[in-house]
Amino acid sequence: MADPKLVPVPSRGMVPERDVLERPVLETLHLGVDFGGLVAVDEFNMVIGKTEIAGLIGPNGAGKTTVFNLLTKVYQPTRGTILLGDKDTSGMNTSQVCKAGMARTFQNIRLFSEMTVLENVLVGHHNSIAYHTPSAIFRLPSFWKGEKKAREYSLELLSIFNMEDTAEAKAGSLPYGAQRRLEIVRALATNPSILLLDEPAAGMNPTETAELMENIVKIRDTFGIAILLIEHDMKLVMGICEGIAVLNYGKIIAKGTPDEIKNNPLVIEAYLGKKEEEGEEVNA
Amino acid sequence: MTNKKSKFPTWLSYLINGLFLIFLLLGGMQAINTGLVSNYYARVIILCGINIILALSLNLATGFLGQLPLGHAGFMALGAYSSAIFMRFVCNVKMMPPALMFPIGIFLGGVFAAFIGFLIGIPALRLKGDYLAIITLGFGEIIRVVLLNIDDVLGFKFTYGAASLKNIPKTTNFFNTFLLVAVTYYVIHTYIKSRHGRATLAIRDNEIAAESCGINTTFYKTLGFTMSAFFAGIAGALYAGYIGVLNPSAFGFMKSIEILVTVVLGGMGSMAGSIISATVLTSVPEMLRAFSQYRMIVYSLLLVIVMIFKPTGLMGNYEFSLSKILSKKGGRKNG
Repeated sequence: MADPKLVPVPSRGMVPERDVLERPVLETLHLGVDFGGLVAVDEFNMVIGKTEIAGLIGPNGAGKTTVFNLLTKVYQPTRGTILLGDKDTSGMNTSQVCKAGMARTFQNIRLFSEMTVLENVLVGHHNSIAYHTPSAIFRLPSFWKGEKKAREYSLELLSIFNMEDTAEAKAGSLPYGAQRRLEIVRALATNPSILLLDEPAAGMNPTETAELMENIVKIRDTFGIAILLIEHDMKLVMGICEGIAVLNYGKIIAKGTPDEIKNNPLVIEAYLGKKEEEGEEVNA
Repeated sequence: MTNKKSKFPTWLSYLINGLFLIFLLLGGMQAINTGLVSNYYARVIILCGINIILALSLNLATGFLGQLPLGHAGFMALGAYSSAIFMRFVCNVKMMPPALMFPIGIFLGGVFAAFIGFLIGIPALRLKGDYLAIITLGFGEIIRVVLLNIDDVLGFKFTYGAASLKNIPKTTNFFNTFLLVAVTYYVIHTYIKSRHGRATLAIRDNEIAAESCGINTTFYKTLGFTMSAFFAGIAGALYAGYIGVLNPSAFGFMKSIEILVTVVLGGMGSMAGSIISATVLTSVPEMLRAFSQYRMIVYSLLLVIVMIFKPTGLMGNYEFSLSKILSKKGGRKNG
């Protein structure tokens, strides 16, 4: 044995059957964060398979977005490990996590609203076109080559959502649904291995939601990436997610397939309150 | 959908712009040499050029990067003093021809300002908004006060402090000012229209989103700030060769504010706006010399009126493009 090397392997957790031979794209171990004395997230353990569509649900204030912010290092975790493929992301910052293959969208849309739609996607391509400042200033061939390639690929990505016609429009002037779609395209442009979607269907009507569900599955199939989504629209979550984790008060209270989650008494309690106390809950 | 792109191929639009610049340069030189433009006006034009470079450089930090540094005059002072000291030294020992001395002096001024800008930028850019404004204001004042007080170092007469640094060779003329304005514009333009520029604009629009797109925000903020300081240093070096006498009081807080006013008036994020606004704000006080008492009132009124009727500045974030206009004209003729 030349060069013995130890690599982290998944400890436990469930992934879809087709992904069982592949290394999970994301694995968190004992992940947690405190804000002062408040334990916002604790003991968050999750394994996501290479091409899994996973859901993270829970009542308002359960800590779902905090988990996303921990994964993308907007907040540094107080404890625990995040493995992204075979990389340990401790000590990385947000941009390094993105380079390592994690892209995200935001609950409240964060587009570069003064830039055009195409430029937004090109920002996503920032790290895949790697010419240096001097070649940009002197307009060397590597600049033209990189720009042309990125432009073509960006238009191709936009065409997934039929948005190539609006490429020259200002991102801030797009209708709400299109802005949400653009955020997904921009995230895809960073060439991720896992895509985190924070409430992608928020504010969408049923037709748009159905279209979005199709698109999420299409993205998974086309790019072969994993998707983790936070969503309140149960039709969407139960419709496309393969594994679901339910979060309440910063802790996972249930994990499993959509059917298991639907019938889990703890989940029902978290969303609706205990059966005996239902009347009191309403009064209180 | 309207096609905003110019119909000309890229090389042709570069050629058109290049020819236009050469035409302007030769025309300007001819006008000055033949006396069509008096010596006084030639000096006003040079001052306009210096202020254009200052406005463009601050626009990079304010309009494109979205930060608010208030110590820009400090970088100008660094460039002015370092190049002035170098040129004086070279003139005294007569070790190189003046033709070589000027470009090296200018470059030295820029590099020195950029270096200090880099050192200041690392701690300062961790702060945002008003905090950054205050810390850069502080650094700008530190530079001024230090220049005011170190008149000699170890017996070498250095900056002469409040007594002013005199006898600086007057090397700045229309030709080299024009050239440097063009270079500044070109470098900032090509920088902004590249992946680095997109990253810079992304940081301005939404820093968190930019970071989660894999952009190293600290790097681009520092780079933008350093470039901004570099060009401010070049403007300072030009100023030193223009005025011939340097006094730290010329680079006070008010000078920084003056540059910021120029940028805001022209439109944050519009280089064409910065050029127009710098030209107007430099020449208006000169043109109004006849009404000596009232000229500052007119100047202030101009600012107030523009800000009321066009809060985004004269040009907003619109960019002027010669080839775009030409192709539009051509299109109309054809169709």
